[in-house]
Amino acid sequence: MPDALLSTRELEAHYGDFQALFGISIDVFPEEVIAIIGANGAGKTTLMRSITGLLRNEPEMVVWKGQSVGGFRADQVAHLGIAMVPEGRQLFQSLSVKENLIIGGQMGRKGPWSLEKVYELFPILKERRNVPATALSGGQQQMVAIGRALMSNPDILLFDEISLGLAPIIIKSIYEALPKIIGQGMSAIIVEQDIAKAVSVSSRVYCLQEGRISLKGRSDELTREAISAAYFGV
Amino acid sequence: MDWINAIIQGILLGGLYALFAAGLSLIFGVMRLVNIAHGDLIVLAAFLGLTITTALGVSPLIALLLVVPVMAAIGYVLQRGILNQTLGEDILPPLLVTFGLSVIIQNGLLEIYSADPQKMSAGALETASIALPGDLNIGVLPLMMFVVAVAVIAGLQWIFYHSSLGRAFRAVSDKQDIAQLMGLNKAHVFGLAMALSLAVVGIAGVFLGIRTSFDPSIGPGRLIFGFEAVIIGGLGNIWGTLIGGIILGVSQNIGAQINPGWQLLAGHIAFLFVLAVRPRGLFPRID
Amino acid sequence: MTTTSYSISRSSKASRIAAVAGIAVLALLIAAPWWAGRADMRLLSEMFLYLSLACLWNLLAGYAGLVSVGQQAFVGFGGYMLFALAIFAGISPLVAIPMAGVLGALIAVPVALLIFRLRGAYFAIGTWVIAEVFRLSFAQISALGGGSGTSLPVAIIRDMASSRAMREATTYWLALGMAVLVLAVIYALLRSRRGLALTAIRDSELASQSFGIDIWRNKFFVYVITAGLTAMTGALIFLQKLRISPDAAFSVNDWTAFVIFIVVIGGIGTLEGPIIGVIVFFLLRETLSDLGTTYLLILGVVAIAVMLKAPNGLWGTLKDRTGLELFPLSRRVMKNKQ
Repeated sequence: MPDALLSTRELEAHYGDFQALFGISIDVFPEEVIAIIGANGAGKTTLMRSITGLLRNEPEMVVWKGQSVGGFRADQVAHLGIAMVPEGRQLFQSLSVKENLIIGGQMGRKGPWSLEKVYELFPILKERRNVPATALSGGQQQMVAIGRALMSNPDILLFDEISLGLAPIIIKSIYEALPKIIGQGMSAIIVEQDIAKAVSVSSRVYCLQEGRISLKGRSDELTREAISAAYFGV
Repeated sequence: MDWINAIIQGILLGGLYALFAAGLSLIFGVMRLVNIAHGDLIVLAAFLGLTITTALGVSPLIALLLVVPVMAAIGYVLQRGILNQTLGEDILPPLLVTFGLSVIIQNGLLEIYSADPQKMSAGALETASIALPGDLNIGVLPLMMFVVAVAVIAGLQWIFYHSSLGRAFRAVSDKQDIAQLMGLNKAHVFGLAMALSLAVVGIAGVFLGIRTSFDPSIGPGRLIFGFEAVIIGGLGNIWGTLIGGIILGVSQNIGAQINPGWQLLAGHIAFLFVLAVRPRGLFPRID
Repeated sequence: MTTTSYSISRSSKASRIAAVAGIAVLALLIAAPWWAGRADMRLLSEMFLYLSLACLWNLLAGYAGLVSVGQQAFVGFGGYMLFALAIFAGISPLVAIPMAGVLGALIAVPVALLIFRLRGAYFAIGTWVIAEVFRLSFAQISALGGGSGTSLPVAIIRDMASSRAMREATTYWLALGMAVLVLAVIYALLRSRRGLALTAIRDSELASQSFGIDIWRNKFFVYVITAGLTAMTGALIFLQKLRISPDAAFSVNDWTAFVIFIVVIGGIGTLEGPIIGVIVFFLLRETLSDLGTTYLLILGVVAIAVMLKAPNGLWGTLKDRTGLELFPLSRRVMKNKQ
């Protein structure tokens, strides 16, 4: 097996006195897509915030290409090539669609993605490029959020709650676009509450429950029952 | 004729007030910081200009070439060294720290330069004027300052809405966390915003020092003029500061025309009037 | 068989000791005219009046979240009202002081209606504008000496008390009484239902709103009360000085910067903080004031350092470490043995 691209090692996270994550260890290998599933409050978003540096960790708790990066600030983590499509899109409301995309690419990392490529992937964004980003529909906003993350030409892309708050038809089209997005030598972590969707796009799954990993395994080997048990803790 | 003259002079004075206001508006827009030491920094810039003109024997307008970058550097260091630590949910720390800074700058200047009023001379330019029909005279210097003020505000507007720096300002202002995910270092972006704010303060300070006499104690008054211009124009609106500054300048000059003792009072009353009828200013852009 | 029951108590051992010690100190201070020299009494009076201003500013900023840098508006207003009532209406200063307080509270009503439209830091500068308007307005009143100010007529001062010693004792007791009054009012206010509401607002505006607390009315109430008491304190300050001018009456340094320094050093949002702060401030002033502007520079640096490194001030830091509370405000659950 090759070396992991990104790992967490016994990762813990706290909000004040409240401990949200307990000893989380995950690995993501190059060009691999993993899924993280779990109920509300299981700690999925906290894990994403820890990896991206929005929550500070002990340096050795996050390892990137063999380097301990847990102590990095979020902007330093971004420069490594870790990008995130945050929960709830979180577009910049004072920026136009085009500006939101450009700011995603402002680090100048080299790679296949550019403004034109993103417009090719989501033609509607080219049409609406001069509109304030928050004037778009939910689905179009998710496209901007994805495009904004791609613009940094990341080595790994984190999708936090990729389908939360979107209409089923939009979710379907985003999942259909996913292979085109990730199929460029990129790795990905997909955080999802929909178990079936998560299993279908990933090679491996981690299930979180109350801040701990309750199950992990290859997506094609886990049974529905095992996942349900780990998910709901029954 | 006196009245028309008072209004014209007021408009020109408004340009200077807009310069006081623009830096204040900028940092509020980017990081919701209100810098109580803003006025004292304007006075600091004036003294800096004075020192450079006397030491090098150059015109104050040439001194700008040094004052502006020095003030920008002070702004960057101040922001990264002290002010960034005060930013957060609680409004008290930035307010009290910049209040302390105001006391420090005032007394530091007092220590170095004493309380004597000072003035910078722009030479022959000061007396030059353009005669207009109907016995009106417009000073070349005040006119030039007004034009510069308009240019500075147009420049800030362009930076804020059309440059990559301005994009970073707006992104950080919108969502600090997410902006960091884009690789923007918040502390650095805030530092740049303060540097830009104090660069404008540098111009404002030198202009102030050419126009009127100044001493270490006049900073708070300049802060208040700048603040009033920001609120009159509407929060977050850069062009609004120019309108606010002009309204303030014209009100003051009309007040002075009625009774010399009413100059400042008339400006404050104009501000309170706007606050009473349009609490969010005339052209607000920020909630 | 023993059962345990619980009761809610506010007092603690420390607060009971503090109450006894407080009464002893108060008795000692009341007796000061018999044991202290004239200079000491002047200094003590000044400390009491600063304590009163500091407690009031602390109530505004630390409890009601109204950070004002314009309280000099009410200090100066109170001072001017005292002079105006005494000079124009021949009212005895002793009567004029509470009247100045009432007038201060009244003028605070329209002021609040106007500046409550500003939020946060802009509110702070708005209060400063109001103070400037007051200063410039009083400078226009030539009957009160215009820009150069006026003195309290000798006849009015003579009427206050028979001898100079008695007059000095009276102003001393008034200053002490003012500080005690302010502490008592704030203590009572914070222990009342409204105090609970204020604490809730301080801790979370959003949450308290959802409990149905009317934030605007609570803040308005505190602002007006504070203005009235600040104006009374201002009247006393200028009764002691016997002379008033717009620049002295509405000085941002004297009546706001120093007061903020006292509260920040002592500990904002605690009742004990201003008391500690006043003592520290006067110790610094008495030892360093010969340094002139350098002294003010040091004050500024100390205030910034405290704000950055120990934002809860001296008392807050001590309280965090020990749980000590001299004014019993927080409720604690006590276990009773039966």
